[in-house]
Amino acid sequence: MSSDLRRKLELILFLGPALVLFIGFVLVPMVLAVYYSLYNWTGFTSLDDFAGFKNYLDALTGSVFQNAVWHNVVIAVLSLVVQLPLSIALALLLNRRLRGRAFLRVIVFAPYVLSEAITAVIWLLILQPGGFADQVLRAAGMGGLVRQWLADPDLVLFTLFVVITWKYIGFGIILLLAGLQGIPAELKEAAALDGATSWQTTRHVILPLLGPTVRIWIFLSVIGSLQLFDLVWIMTLGGPANASTTMATYLIDHGFKRYEFGFGSAVAVLLFIICFTFALLYQRFALRRDTEGAVSR
Amino acid sequence: MKRQSVAYLVAILIVGITVVPLVFVILGGFRTTEQINADPAGLPGPWVWDNYREILTSPEFWTFLGNSLLIAVVATTLAVALGSMAAFALSRYSFRGREGWYTLFTLGLLFPLGVATLPLYLLLRQLDMLENPLGVALPEAAFSLPVTIVILRPFMRAIPAEIEDAAVLDGATRVGFFWRILLPLSMPALTTVAVLAFVTSWNAYLLPLLVFNDSGNFTLPLGVATFQSQYSQDTARVLAFTALSMIPALGFFMLAERRIVGGLTGSVKG
Repeated sequence: MSSDLRRKLELILFLGPALVLFIGFVLVPMVLAVYYSLYNWTGFTSLDDFAGFKNYLDALTGSVFQNAVWHNVVIAVLSLVVQLPLSIALALLLNRRLRGRAFLRVIVFAPYVLSEAITAVIWLLILQPGGFADQVLRAAGMGGLVRQWLADPDLVLFTLFVVITWKYIGFGIILLLAGLQGIPAELKEAAALDGATSWQTTRHVILPLLGPTVRIWIFLSVIGSLQLFDLVWIMTLGGPANASTTMATYLIDHGFKRYEFGFGSAVAVLLFIICFTFALLYQRFALRRDTEGAVSR
Repeated sequence: MKRQSVAYLVAILIVGITVVPLVFVILGGFRTTEQINADPAGLPGPWVWDNYREILTSPEFWTFLGNSLLIAVVATTLAVALGSMAAFALSRYSFRGREGWYTLFTLGLLFPLGVATLPLYLLLRQLDMLENPLGVALPEAAFSLPVTIVILRPFMRAIPAEIEDAAVLDGATRVGFFWRILLPLSMPALTTVAVLAFVTSWNAYLLPLLVFNDSGNFTLPLGVATFQSQYSQDTARVLAFTALSMIPALGFFMLAERRIVGGLTGSVKG
């Protein structure tokens, strides 16, 4: 009996502190966000102006929020069609026997360890009108391409995407390189013995085996795109004229600049629902194949 | 042979695209704003040391650096200490609801910090923790717990029961086993989660932005962004400040490269 009690005490001792911290600073705020989202509230007065789903309706029917979702989707899709093929190609390249390969990997990964805040400031300075980027373009005889990189509403999202790619491509490459390293050399040798060209081996042996790594990358990349904040907030504040708002910048803008805590919370909950739905669907339809594979093996 | 030279060409191109922005920042710090305005892509001529000297001798930069370090160390210590204890309970005790608690933590992987920020801010205000390093460190530790536990639990699980039995036969309590045997054996995984928690906290921007108004409390990412808008006319100064603030992250990365890469590639496989 006393040993049972002792076991229980041990469990509480070990699990308790983590649970308190996690519930207090993660779960409770999440639940509170749902609660606040049902009120008209500035965050200062008492919480008595019940609004029901009005905040949600306002957000969902508002063009700025719709645009914000669209911007997040554009970034996610661009990542899939630009960053993914690029990362795969570069990973295949860096997987070859090259002199200085180790050095190359470290270099490519370096921007990933800089904070988004520092990355944002670096690129603000580079993209200043008449600044470094413009001068390099002119020197390369492409002066006609010079634009208002961050001030042109039609362009700003793509400029941000370039910066995001600069920062995150190294992560994709490293992840895929790890995946490539996991492919047994015998498979490539067997394919070569069967007379496969190096392209055929890549296409029919290596790429399919890279599947699990690619699916993980897609997951992380989409979730990251949906949650994009720091970089955009520092570089454009979502502007000009909301041309680069994301769901996260929209929610912080309303919560902390305009003190619309109820409305901001509704946007936060919508962001969460979108991320969560994506995660569930992705788990169900894409990642499941990987776990099934692991089980049958 | 031709293929190989294409590979080298592409490799050089990648290095260029990665490195040129960083070099621009570092070299820009050695110029004056007039030099930069006249010729943004030029080299320092003459080399100017004043920007770097001024920043290194002003307390501002060191304050930000110190604040970042303090917060990251506290957040990492908490995440690793509490996370390893919880992972121990969730991996080597069997009790009712164990998988439920574990799932609760893993759910945390899906909670973006941004979603919780508004209530978190109000909570911290109520707890009188605004302008307090703990107001940032505690939530950051809490948000690092899921990944910590998800990495540590399978690792601790894989340690053979025979080792535990032997320890018990030698008279060790469960707590003694955890402290003297399991933790040392888990060292590789512990380093990985520590590095991840540290980097996450070190790079955080949103939470410090909300919690700190007083620039004496700013962390480095917040400090850099503020410095940039404050001195936007003095490009050289901002470049020098940014260059200096890159150094800790890049230096830490050089030291912990394997752990960072291993942790990231390992953690995503769950």
